[in-house]
Amino acid sequence: MSGAQAYTADEMMTIAAARMLSGARSCFVGIGLPSTAANLARALHTPGIVLIYESGTIGAKPATPPLSIGDGELAETADTVVSVPEIFNYWLQPGRIDVGFLGAAQIDRLANINTTTIGGAYTSPKVRLPGAGGAPEIAASCREVIVVLRQTPRSFVDQVDFVTSMGYGTGAGHRERLGLRGAGPKTVITDIGILEPDPTTCELTLFHLHPGSSLDQAREATGWPLQISPELRETAPPSAQELEILRAFGRTAPSTTPRRSERSRM
Amino acid sequence: MAEVVPLRHAVAELVRDGHSVALEGFTHLIPYAAAHEIIRQRRRDLTLIRMTPDLLYDQMIGMGCARALVFSWGGNPGVGSLHRFRDAVENRWPHELALEEHSHAGMVNRYVAGASGLPFAVLRGYRGTDLPSVTPTIKPITCPFTGEELTAVPALNPDVAVVHAQRADRRGNVQLWGITGAQKEAVLAASHALATVEEIVDELPPQAGSILLPSWALDYVAPVPGGAHPSYALGYSERDNNFYVAWDSISRDRHTFLAWMEDNVLSTEAPEPALNNGAQP
Repeated sequence: MSGAQAYTADEMMTIAAARMLSGARSCFVGIGLPSTAANLARALHTPGIVLIYESGTIGAKPATPPLSIGDGELAETADTVVSVPEIFNYWLQPGRIDVGFLGAAQIDRLANINTTTIGGAYTSPKVRLPGAGGAPEIAASCREVIVVLRQTPRSFVDQVDFVTSMGYGTGAGHRERLGLRGAGPKTVITDIGILEPDPTTCELTLFHLHPGSSLDQAREATGWPLQISPELRETAPPSAQELEILRAFGRTAPSTTPRRSERSRM
Repeated sequence: MAEVVPLRHAVAELVRDGHSVALEGFTHLIPYAAAHEIIRQRRRDLTLIRMTPDLLYDQMIGMGCARALVFSWGGNPGVGSLHRFRDAVENRWPHELALEEHSHAGMVNRYVAGASGLPFAVLRGYRGTDLPSVTPTIKPITCPFTGEELTAVPALNPDVAVVHAQRADRRGNVQLWGITGAQKEAVLAASHALATVEEIVDELPPQAGSILLPSWALDYVAPVPGGAHPSYALGYSERDNNFYVAWDSISRDRHTFLAWMEDNVLSTEAPEPALNNGAQP
């Protein structure tokens, strides 16, 4: 905590994510923290941003945080509602969408994402996760991708157990060799800071620390020797306006809505 | 032409042990009542097909209806895990469940190929992921015009598709609007199809943006008001988000789950609204 006002790690993550959307024209949104961040961006600084949910709602403007990607609120406030084949084939696949938002159970040094299984064999895993959903194509096709998840040694691993969605694969040039059209995960926002791929190696590197976080804390939460950018900066703390609008949006949520950013997904 | 019949009759006629069955509905219009009737009729060895297995297939898997699952995202949206699905995969309870796992784009294109009468679909997906290594129905294919390497997925042609919709007329023409998901594709890809509907009306009022499933594309239409709960039917009901949250604790424990299914599904009757005034053809 720092600054005049107390705020939570989730609030810092959400606000940092909302700031990243400044100037984006369109965003493929997942439920939970990404959806909240996108709507915060719409309220704060990017009123024209087109929010697209995989259920087929284009230009949704929810007044309350939806629990699922197909809540009636999204359909009723959207510019248009299209079928699921259309959303994936016409809008996502050709690369028409600026930003994709992904959550993850695991992310690795090269920003590859796992939401499939952890431990054991594929057919007898230790933990069975929900799977891919829209994420592989979002990771491949959006112009760029923002990943949001909490940073722990279990979630930040040297190599993911299963590549559900492609980050930078085996390193620089891999995406290009595969013909993937989007630029991949340009930003990874956690409760500790903000990581970006190294311009040469694509390895996730710490570029921002959130106020109150330390380098030691970041290193301990990372399952590989974490590179720190020489240009490391401190994230600006949430402003009073950012917190006020975020909390006003959150207050309208059903009281039982869980706030589990690691489960946010596309 | 579709026959307008009670739900119990439609399910008994269409869904047999060993069938591949797609109950579709993307968050909206999920055919819960029809799934509950399949559970009550004790169908076994089904290959369950669905993009988002959701609570619907958590219930069917936990009750032992499924031999295999063809899917792309198995979670409780906005809440967390599907515990019965996880128990089946991680612990083989109540028995083993074979998985055929895709992404949403892969699944939906499989339906499109199925509905189009084509053997496969092509998409620019899956490249660089581990999914092709665990799912035999994902293969590389080279574009014959540009040489680009793409992905092919085979058509999905379920034995039976089941969808829920807002309303139908007495001849069995169905109107469905709001979030339309992949229901039209699932119905047109399947050998047989059932639509449950909120109500039967004399005439279908014009409804902007509604898609129509013509009577001749369906086998049966069954009136089941509220048949999508805890999902919803736009214009008729709202999504019961509290139930989705509550399902997390109901489904976490095997005994609690079985007790809930006994009280709320097995010991209840299929809803049988009167097919009054000559609604039956």
